[in-house]
Amino acid sequence: MAAPLEVTGSDTEAQPEAVLAGVDGKAIQGRSLGQIAWMRLKRDKVALAGGVIVILLILLAIFGPLLVQSPLDYHQNLIDPTYNRPKTGIWHTGISADHLLGVEPGTGRDLLSRIVHGARISLLVSFLATLLSVVIGTILGITAGYFGGWVDMLISRAMDAFLAFPLLLFAIALVAVISDGSFGLSGNGLRIGVLVVVIGFFNWPYIGRIIRGQTLSLREREFVDAARSMGARNSYILFKEILPNLVAPILVYATLLIPTNILFEAALSFLGVGVIPPTPSWGGMLTLAVPIYSSDPMYMIVPGVAIFITVLAFNLLGDGLRDALDPRAK
Amino acid sequence: MTSTGGNKTVSTSDTAAAGTAVPGAAETSADAAAARPARDGEMLLEVDNLGKHFPVTAGLLRRQVAAVKAVDGVSFSVRKGETLGLVGESGCGKSTTGRMIMRLLDPSFGKITFEGEDITTMSQGRLRPLRRDLQMIFQDPYSSLNPRKTVGAIVGAPFRLQNIETENGVKKAVQEILELVGLNPEHYNRYPHEFSGGQRQRIGIARTLALKPKLIVADEPVSALDVSVQAQVVNLLEDLQDELDLTYVVIAHDLSVVRHISDRVAVMYLGKIVEIADRNDLYERPMHPYTNALLSAVPVPDPSERGNRQRIRLQGDVPSPLDPPPACRFHTRCWKAQDICKQVEPPLIELSHGHQAACHFPENTTVSATDEVAKAAVAPGAAPAAEADAETGE
Repeated sequence: MAAPLEVTGSDTEAQPEAVLAGVDGKAIQGRSLGQIAWMRLKRDKVALAGGVIVILLILLAIFGPLLVQSPLDYHQNLIDPTYNRPKTGIWHTGISADHLLGVEPGTGRDLLSRIVHGARISLLVSFLATLLSVVIGTILGITAGYFGGWVDMLISRAMDAFLAFPLLLFAIALVAVISDGSFGLSGNGLRIGVLVVVIGFFNWPYIGRIIRGQTLSLREREFVDAARSMGARNSYILFKEILPNLVAPILVYATLLIPTNILFEAALSFLGVGVIPPTPSWGGMLTLAVPIYSSDPMYMIVPGVAIFITVLAFNLLGDGLRDALDPRAK
Repeated sequence: MTSTGGNKTVSTSDTAAAGTAVPGAAETSADAAAARPARDGEMLLEVDNLGKHFPVTAGLLRRQVAAVKAVDGVSFSVRKGETLGLVGESGCGKSTTGRMIMRLLDPSFGKITFEGEDITTMSQGRLRPLRRDLQMIFQDPYSSLNPRKTVGAIVGAPFRLQNIETENGVKKAVQEILELVGLNPEHYNRYPHEFSGGQRQRIGIARTLALKPKLIVADEPVSALDVSVQAQVVNLLEDLQDELDLTYVVIAHDLSVVRHISDRVAVMYLGKIVEIADRNDLYERPMHPYTNALLSAVPVPDPSERGNRQRIRLQGDVPSPLDPPPACRFHTRCWKAQDICKQVEPPLIELSHGHQAACHFPENTTVSATDEVAKAAVAPGAAPAAEADAETGE
């Protein structure tokens, strides 16, 4: 028998938090989804710890270099010339009150200072590269998803092509080919620019695919039809109706892309494509540590742990953000 | 296509039946209907032989191999101030028709005239100012409100999109509309997820009303709501109609809701209108066998009455709109079907005053309909040309 009045329980989006928000009565100001996500995030202690570490790292990268000594000063009086390693400190690390993480073998440069300055390069490159990926990925993803048809086909195939590109080899080749002074940049500025462009430009398909998929489902929602029936233009629908709904995935995947890019920057620096020595970078420090790891393992451990903590903190924060912003995607 | 919007007297037995499944609706039905003045106003919307064929493509070159004939030549008109109900099973093309009227979908053929202007192929840019007068209520209140926007932003969007200056600012205007639809104006800064389904639908209605439209296409306005809330929203729509002099095209699969709210009702089957008549006429004297079968499926609330009714059970499923049956589309499931039904398409003709049906063997009519239909069907040009093309063109 056909039910005359169908009760379709389509309240998939009804959230318990929404009910809670209504209970306290006094707050007539509604809680936005952002505020609700923040409430959830506050309960996730692991993600919060990741977030605190991320903030500390960012502060360290910005203000740290003002506090530590120069990363370029040699302290060869601390080096044992026979073994080419620090004379002092436990396990010959050179750790002392002046050099909290020890000194570099051979030159005696302060490791803490090099880590702090390296953090600056690492975070700068990964943030800028992520920003580039997010901007390109969002614009192309939303365009492909919203307009569909041959536009979608073109952009989707471009994504496939970019993902198939041998990025590492390309980056190495590019640095060899681009001469100093190109694009009005030289030295480290040019190297950082190349890193940002290479990493950012080849990572956009990851975010682009996610945005495209989300847009595909969002454009079928009735609020898009509602906007169109009120006379909204495509630009209004894209930026005022659809984009606000994409902030959550953009934020989450940007946070998860940053650690990937940190690793990538470290790998490129390790291969000698990063900033030019003596400017410190984490990957570059690892390169220097490889030939002498048997006599001074600490020299390899310090930048390795720095990379590990940074990547882990960003990943924990990203996972927490995803859970907070999109509780159904677990 | 002619109809008098008259005959508004509602008998008591009629009201009782109308309110079968909408609790609380029966009480107000008679009042609302009686309060409505007899309307013989001008035509607001005219739909002529409208159709939508969705192409089915295959292969690398995306060659069109077939077409889903979602809507295949429907014609009706709506007068100012009246409510036209559009009923039919899922997939019969009623929502597609509504979306074409709103120009959210481009028609494949046919003509839509709104206030004397042909809007069938009008560009979206030229259509923009017209959209003030032409609004839509959506089916799913959970999907029709952007979760990232406050109620104020949602209901205020039409003002901003149409660049309408309001006397005391947009906020004041929005709060007035919220009050009009029975929401607390204090809810201005709240987000949709903080509201129940019924409240959300009221927000959607508020947004629709913001521009004071003339015609509202309501696509299943209550089907996503709890039964207890359906009556509230239906009654709200009726009150608003009286207050703001609105014209509705209500699309629904729920016969009780349609009976309650409509002045005239059109029944669709597989992309075509099979019967269109004044509400009481249609519900009391259905002519098309399909309408009869639909009406017989409406549940009877009184258990003791249930034994008396005749339930017509249709055999089989609705045929695919990819390859609809030739001639009368209902002949595959019709218990009255004869050879003529498989060969000659019955045109939608007026069999009694204001009552049109497309059937060779209509019921509830004194007119010798077979002759009428046969005459009309044989007469050249009786069936619209485009329709014939659509049948043979594939």
